[in-house]
Amino acid sequence: MRYLPHTNADRRDMLDVIGVSSVDDLFVDVPPEAHLEELVDLPHAMSELEVERVLGQLADRNISARNWPFFIGGGAYFHHIPASVDHLIQRSEFLTAYTPYQPEIAQGTLHYLFEFQTQVAMITGMEVANASMYDGSTACSEAVLMAHRVTRRPKAVLSGGLHPHYRAVCETLSRFSGHTIVSADCHGVAEDVTALANLVDDETACVVVQTPNVFGSLTNLSNLAESAHEKGALLIAVIPEIISLGLVKPPGDMGADIVVGEGQSVGNSLQFGGPYLGLFATKGRFVRQMPGRLCGQTVDEEGKRGFVLTLSAREQHIRRERATSNICTNSGLCCLAFTIHMALLGEIGFKRLAAVNHARAVHLADCLAEVPDVEVLTDSFFNEFTLRVPGDGAQIIEALVGMQIFGGIPGERLFPGALACKDKIIVAATEMNSDEDCEIYADRLRSVLQVNQQERAAHG
Amino acid sequence: MVEGILSLPKTFTGNRALMLEEPLIFERQSSGGGVDIDDKVLDGKTTRLGELEREDNIGLPDLSEPDVVRHFVRLSQKNYAIDSGIFPLGSCTMKHNPRLNEKMARLDGFADIHPLQPTSTVSGALALMDMLAHWLKTLTGMPGIALSPKAGAHGELCGLMTIGSALEARGERSSRTRVLVADSAHGTNPATAALLGFDVTAIPTTPDGRMDVEAFGAEVDKSVAAVMLTNPNTCGLFERDCKRIADDIHEIGGYFYCDGANFNAMIGKVRPSDLGVDAMHLNLHKSCSTPHGGGGPGSGPVVFSEALTPYIPVPFVIRDNNGYKLVEQIEDAGESMPFGRLAGFHGQMGMFVRAMAWLMSHGADGLRQVAEDAVLNANYIMSRLQDVMTTPFEGPCMHEAIFDDRFLKAYDIETLDFAKAMIDEGYHPMTIYFPLTVSGAMLVEPTESESRASLDLFIDTMRHLASIVQSGKKDLFTKAPVYAPRRRLDDTAAARNPVLRWHKRL
Repeated sequence: MRYLPHTNADRRDMLDVIGVSSVDDLFVDVPPEAHLEELVDLPHAMSELEVERVLGQLADRNISARNWPFFIGGGAYFHHIPASVDHLIQRSEFLTAYTPYQPEIAQGTLHYLFEFQTQVAMITGMEVANASMYDGSTACSEAVLMAHRVTRRPKAVLSGGLHPHYRAVCETLSRFSGHTIVSADCHGVAEDVTALANLVDDETACVVVQTPNVFGSLTNLSNLAESAHEKGALLIAVIPEIISLGLVKPPGDMGADIVVGEGQSVGNSLQFGGPYLGLFATKGRFVRQMPGRLCGQTVDEEGKRGFVLTLSAREQHIRRERATSNICTNSGLCCLAFTIHMALLGEIGFKRLAAVNHARAVHLADCLAEVPDVEVLTDSFFNEFTLRVPGDGAQIIEALVGMQIFGGIPGERLFPGALACKDKIIVAATEMNSDEDCEIYADRLRSVLQVNQQERAAHG
Repeated sequence: MVEGILSLPKTFTGNRALMLEEPLIFERQSSGGGVDIDDKVLDGKTTRLGELEREDNIGLPDLSEPDVVRHFVRLSQKNYAIDSGIFPLGSCTMKHNPRLNEKMARLDGFADIHPLQPTSTVSGALALMDMLAHWLKTLTGMPGIALSPKAGAHGELCGLMTIGSALEARGERSSRTRVLVADSAHGTNPATAALLGFDVTAIPTTPDGRMDVEAFGAEVDKSVAAVMLTNPNTCGLFERDCKRIADDIHEIGGYFYCDGANFNAMIGKVRPSDLGVDAMHLNLHKSCSTPHGGGGPGSGPVVFSEALTPYIPVPFVIRDNNGYKLVEQIEDAGESMPFGRLAGFHGQMGMFVRAMAWLMSHGADGLRQVAEDAVLNANYIMSRLQDVMTTPFEGPCMHEAIFDDRFLKAYDIETLDFAKAMIDEGYHPMTIYFPLTVSGAMLVEPTESESRASLDLFIDTMRHLASIVQSGKKDLFTKAPVYAPRRRLDDTAAARNPVLRWHKRL
């Protein structure tokens, strides 16, 4: 109750001013049978200390990425966040502000959104970016809708290496919006771009391809972009690990028309899946078809540079049932964290961070390749790759949990029922992993597999 | 470069004040080399990038930490925020954001857990999701909940997809093509219905600010999939005929979707289940505080009636004898028939923790008081201003007070001008020109956070401004704001020739 400022005397006085005798007189429009007398099965107000105790106990029941050596990726990555990022985003003027509907007193928010859009456009190699989406998966599904609008064609082709959750989100939205999805199979861990190109026909609005893909494989998009364009389709590139673009050729340079991605890696913690930061960039000529919020530069009455939300006529505000999308928010605070972290990194820091991630992953891959019967399947990768293990990947990951190590994602968790994924584990490394972590992982994997082998022999 | 002291950094006002003009980060002079990263690991390592190395210069500036910190602190000083003062944006619910929530969300056990780590290592997170679900289901009286939607509009999408799936299961998806939407609804309502292929029929508003029940009755037939109604509605009024609307739509086999953006007025006082609602999204980032962060992130769980519960999307948490289980795949959903997946992972966990901290801090008794105080504050503002401003409707309002522009029109002052003048008085303006059904609307939502003293100061300021309207000092309105980091900005120029990013001058 400490957040409620009125005393009972205040309330009485205010009711007098209004001219009613009790607060329920203000609820007079609520049908009598819908008046709730009390909520019996919820507890009463708790002190700050009690709330801390209850939530602290729940938090303690989780094992965090800081507790054990941690090698899980799959669209969310454990990275270091400089202390200044959290300090700055917790400044009241950022944290407790709302959508900049009154731009004269929201220039702080608008100014960083403009910087964010510029950073995202630069990093992806595209001409323009929006002020962020909910997350990478919803950005991806909105990109598919945008491709339908641009090309007026009904079909989308999804690559086999697209994160299965992203695929599911696209499939859900497309099914309800009446579009068709054609999904390619992923037979190996690397994309078969020729097979993908062959799925494109005159009805195809877009080809969606993720790089690095869900198995960690990098894909050269250039030929695919060319063949998609020849048939009048757009190429949508999905970048789940934005730090990769500090080291890897950006999709804009390989002919992508729309680039979507997950920005969580920069400035935002794992948070069990959200809130995250959807990135969305495209070519200048498509800007009026781009979903989401946009911040634009303009001038004020005195000719001073300032910023406003712009092109909102595309949105639900004005066009209502003719709107291009029902999106009405962005991930403001998450993109502020991104913008600050990126500003702290700068060109040198961003490229160095990417190089360190890659070097860690190369080192880890080398360590794990030494483990008998383990094979690293991914040839070209950034900070994530796929192992083939002897036996059931999910069981091995659980056995590693018993040895206090997070060893990656069993292929089966992402592709349930897919036999080809049962013996695969997707492993990520970042700057958070020390050399020692990598060696510990290899040692423990070796002992897990030895135990498995002994058990098999004993039962065999 | 040596220049006189008068040419030191320019300020907003031209005075040598503390509020400085700030360039774009790209325009600052290089001053450092980025965050230190332990890069000994790079020595002698080869790359495995498949000849896809990035070779270009990205263009990011290299700055020292102090320069970056100052840049963002200076930017922050150009923002108005709820921690600075009353933020009476109607339909946006800008209430106090307790720092306890932030502290809880930053515990390692919540902030640093991965959505795909083995579920055996996140039982506390699953328990928290189950606990939040229990609270929200209890407060709304609804048996089902989908936690994963990432914002109110995303929740609407979830709600209508669930309705679509239920109709599909009944074999009526192709025959029920229409969704009825009150014309006072949030713009996302018709946009959502249209996006999912429904034909939208707008239902007009009566002179007393409610959905026209007669007009609604004339449209209800077996071609209707659902009605979308906001309650309390966007005029700040309770839809008195809510039960009848629910009965009518159920009678013909349709569903009742309630936009729950204004749950602040009902929490602990009125349960949507008792109004006949089938699906309703809850904006946790509004109703349960949590930071708005300049517009996001949001969190929009949707509660469902018995009829719709089987179709809610994955993922969700279930509880059995062995503890909590996370159902991520449709195939693992047992008897339910999820319509699919709406987002990459399990929802806005960071927002769930904040919302839970807020709910527990109030408890069942405090939440009821929240609704009462929010409604009391809005009515207090309306009562004390209705002699100097004009109100379009009679009777008490819920948690927001609505005014129209009749008191301005005679003096040729626009609602926008009045709002900008509020900035010069030190206030963030209310929501303006929404809902569209009220001429020059001004929607004031004080929330439960404001004390009587703060309300009185706000009311006195508004009265003062209203009295100036009649004095003929029109300039005070049309030239405002004067005391803000910027004067009025040119929206038209921004839209006509969009400049959406910085480019290096060649």
